[in-house]
Amino acid sequence: MFAPEEFISTLTELGITHVVWIPDTTLGQWDEALRAAPEIELVQVCREGEAWALAAGLYLGGAKPIVVIQCTGLFESGDSLRNIVHDYRLPIYALIGYRSFLNAASLPGDTCLKFTEPVLDAWALDTVFLKDESMKPQFAEHYRKCTEQQIPGICLMAEGAA
Amino acid sequence: MSTPQAMPLAEALAVIHQYRADAVVITTMGAAREWQTLEPHSKDLVYMPSSMGQGPPLGLGIAIAQPDQRVIVVNGDGCTLMNLGCLVTLAAQAPKNFTLVVVDNGVYEVTGGQATIGHPTKRADGQPLNLADLARAAGFIEVYEFDDAESFRFEHETLHEPGPVCIVLKTTHQTEDISARSPGPPTERIQALRAALQS
Repeated sequence: MFAPEEFISTLTELGITHVVWIPDTTLGQWDEALRAAPEIELVQVCREGEAWALAAGLYLGGAKPIVVIQCTGLFESGDSLRNIVHDYRLPIYALIGYRSFLNAASLPGDTCLKFTEPVLDAWALDTVFLKDESMKPQFAEHYRKCTEQQIPGICLMAEGAA
Repeated sequence: MSTPQAMPLAEALAVIHQYRADAVVITTMGAAREWQTLEPHSKDLVYMPSSMGQGPPLGLGIAIAQPDQRVIVVNGDGCTLMNLGCLVTLAAQAPKNFTLVVVDNGVYEVTGGQATIGHPTKRADGQPLNLADLARAAGFIEVYEFDDAESFRFEHETLHEPGPVCIVLKTTHQTEDISARSPGPPTERIQALRAALQS
């Protein structure tokens, strides 16, 4: 959906300092450009639960992080996400790739399609869902809204095949 | 079989408390409970409620954002086992201002002392899991092990060595007075830490 340079220029405009992530097939296409971006530090973790806590620490230290993971990582993140955004009410923002939404050909019957949206609803997170290219500007708008209100937020981004 | 030497948790924490200087100190589980008996500091985070295993990445985030600020995370062995990958993340990021202290008593103390899966009684070889070796294998260069408080006190400068540092402290299993202790509302405490870090 976002070309690498386009994604980085959006992050830079938003003042984001750190991307805490685990790449998937789609998000991984930003890897090289993110590593080369001078204003952004890429912090890779081993499991997605770590990403929320690490982003929280960055926020406490005065940085402006974003978590970038796939929806399978959202499922993995549960307890850490609960702790950071609900127990401590820290306004951490995440971009989550929605596997198979645009094309389930490589994973027919992918249950990500069944569980991603209900899980986000269950976590009571303010979410914007980018279903197609025309909705891309909503990412920055939503990030700005969440930052202004000091609330956590999610940008769910449709992806193709796994 | 002889009983391995170990120190009381309270004595281990007293050394960290005495020599922390201006470090952020994040404590988890049994250490979080015990830390509350010591004089508070504006850069304390008694990480309760917690997400088990997420204390080290929380501290790592602070250490990356503020490279001149020493961060000490006091983690249990059970917490460490819950998120072993964080050792690899820490070693990869290699913050010079980060110290991971693992208090290793082989049990889940706050739930009543059940043995962790790293306890000798749960392992096929009957040997205790060597967390220091795990840290080294993950990529930590500075790794220390202490099984008595006096040795740790004598080597207290390890807490502030260029990191990432991993210090494994063999502690005894506390069996008395392990009732829960509330550190107060989490949102207020985390905001107070944020203010202290940005003042």
